Amino acid sequence: MKEKDRPEEKNPIEDLLRMDRIPHIWCPGCGIGVVVTSFAEALRKSEIDLEKTAILSGIGCTGRVAGYVKLDSIHTTHGRAVPVATGLKIANPELKVVVFSGDGDIAGIGGNHFIHAARRNMDLVIICVNNFNYAMTGGQVAATTPITANASTAPFGNFEYPFNLPYLAEASGATYVARWTALHLRRVTKSMQEALNRRGFSFIEVITPCVTLYARRNRLGDGLNLLKYYYEKSEIQHGADTKTLDISYQGKLIVGKFVDKDKPTFLDCMNEHLGKVLGDKYKPYGGNHD
Amino acid sequence: MKKTKADPKGVLTGAHYLDGDHALAEGALAAGCRFFAGYPITPSTETAERFAERIPMVGGVFIQMEDELASIAALIGAAWGGKKVMTVTSGPGFSLMMENIGLACMLETPLVIANVQRGGPSTGLPTLTGQQDMMQVKWGSHGDYAIIALSPDSPQECFDLCVEAFNLSEIYRVPTFVMTDECVGHMHEKVVIPPAEEIELVERKWYTGPKDKYLPFKPDTDMIPFMVKVGDGYRFHITGLTHDERGYPVINAECQNVCVPHLVDKINLNADKIIKIEEDETDNAEVIVISYGITSRVTTRAVRKARKAGIKVGTIRLITVWPFPEKRIKELAKKIKAFVVPEINYGQMVYEVERSAFGQAPVIHVPHCGGWVHDPEDIFKAIKEASK
Repeated sequence: MKEKDRPEEKNPIEDLLRMDRIPHIWCPGCGIGVVVTSFAEALRKSEIDLEKTAILSGIGCTGRVAGYVKLDSIHTTHGRAVPVATGLKIANPELKVVVFSGDGDIAGIGGNHFIHAARRNMDLVIICVNNFNYAMTGGQVAATTPITANASTAPFGNFEYPFNLPYLAEASGATYVARWTALHLRRVTKSMQEALNRRGFSFIEVITPCVTLYARRNRLGDGLNLLKYYYEKSEIQHGADTKTLDISYQGKLIVGKFVDKDKPTFLDCMNEHLGKVLGDKYKPYGGNHD
Repeated sequence: MKKTKADPKGVLTGAHYLDGDHALAEGALAAGCRFFAGYPITPSTETAERFAERIPMVGGVFIQMEDELASIAALIGAAWGGKKVMTVTSGPGFSLMMENIGLACMLETPLVIANVQRGGPSTGLPTLTGQQDMMQVKWGSHGDYAIIALSPDSPQECFDLCVEAFNLSEIYRVPTFVMTDECVGHMHEKVVIPPAEEIELVERKWYTGPKDKYLPFKPDTDMIPFMVKVGDGYRFHITGLTHDERGYPVINAECQNVCVPHLVDKINLNADKIIKIEEDETDNAEVIVISYGITSRVTTRAVRKARKAGIKVGTIRLITVWPFPEKRIKELAKKIKAFVVPEINYGQMVYEVERSAFGQAPVIHVPHCGGWVHDPEDIFKAIKEASK
């Protein structure tokens, strides 16, 4: 039977995916796919020009997102999507530039780039899928693994303090900070839409199930069990003090939009400052339209 | 290849008294570089400083990144955003850039990196000269790839070769390196910057066909694929993974054996077009001294003395270091008694000379581990030895 005879067979976000790359590599029960679906919906709702939107990823399971989303897309090296995005955004300021990557990529190996891009209030949207471990390489301990959770390189449980990512983002200068889980898809979509429609460094953490590695190793059951955990233990607290957002093993998950404020971006600051100091000598920078 | 003239906005036409670092920045501006991301490191910092001071009046951006990893990453992003881009560094920073030099090669991204070399390894001699990154520039990132590297011997050549590096990077869609050193970088000399209309530039090879037919890695008849800018509506994908012409990852041996040979062959098969060397009295020489950068200037004195002593000595100065001029050296090896290779390291380009000489002529190395240039007397002694 042809697809046109059974329209329900057509994936509703097909026009935003590279269908010639599907099936994707993610495991059954993985949360990344639903976050991508939310992103696709946010792209539509935000009504931004998709031809002027770029998506960049680093390395890891979430690092594959840039390969599947049908926008101009760059799959960079591990941890370096943020500085590549910085160069791209500056080169062509009319672009909306999104970095879609994992916790290991953004907060582990790319942590330094992350805090500096936030400090500059680079006009980027950062979507960080946090699955509490390095999944692509087989479930190693991460900078986000809760204390006592088991990982292949923490076989007796993790004893290192994890990052509280919203706190890190806010402290570094992010002007939009939100956290949700893969259960809160409507709210994830809304946050993404808000981030796409604003200017400045926007950070959205989405806690997602890694069934094959994190859940299996910790005997937490399947994807549904993790969604149940999100359902039972998540608490929406918009505007919560980001200092209070630590995540303990199977403990409370405070979610919501914590920061949303206007502040001039890197390019705003550059143009304003140099214009003030140099006067007529300064050639205001506008990217490719010079 | 579409040629254009330099935009007068960036060209500081006239005779100047500049050091090599500053001349690099002027070369970049003349070549149309409008995005520079850098991180301070001695002895290269002055290039970044000059660019930062000049660019606001030209129209473009200087950004000081958080480290060299980020500097080169930002170049890749900005190059795909449509800009001509450059960074400058020295040994330790160069080591940090290796990862994304590989990405730039894999994505066939035009960009220019200048390395004002200092003594290494590690922190080594921050303020003193060296030529110790000559193999690293060729082999430093993992995997097989090819790059182009040029070596200026004066501030004037820092300007000239920086413009040339931009042109080569655009023609071959490849990272191109200006491998200078602390001596040339901090040496002040007269630098003549020509009028903009006399500076010939190469325009990026832009794709103009139908939007849905664009293939970022499909080699054109000259082996070089067309480029587009992010934001032009092509919705293309590029990845550091082994990829096909579409830019899609394909993880198998078949694709790897198309993707990787292309990266190497596009440079090696065009080597004759790329390579520039300067020869002096090589025709009837018994001994040929091969050097590059500051060492070629020190060599001049040793050669003068040797000629006075009646030794028939010729010289080759490598302006292009990579790809290496192996054909010419192989040819000369049959005719001479020996090559002499002075360089400020403990043995790097000398191995290329040995490889190219192919056992036809002995190769005498004159090493120096950095901190200062050779004593010309040491080069003279090697020439004398070689002439026996």
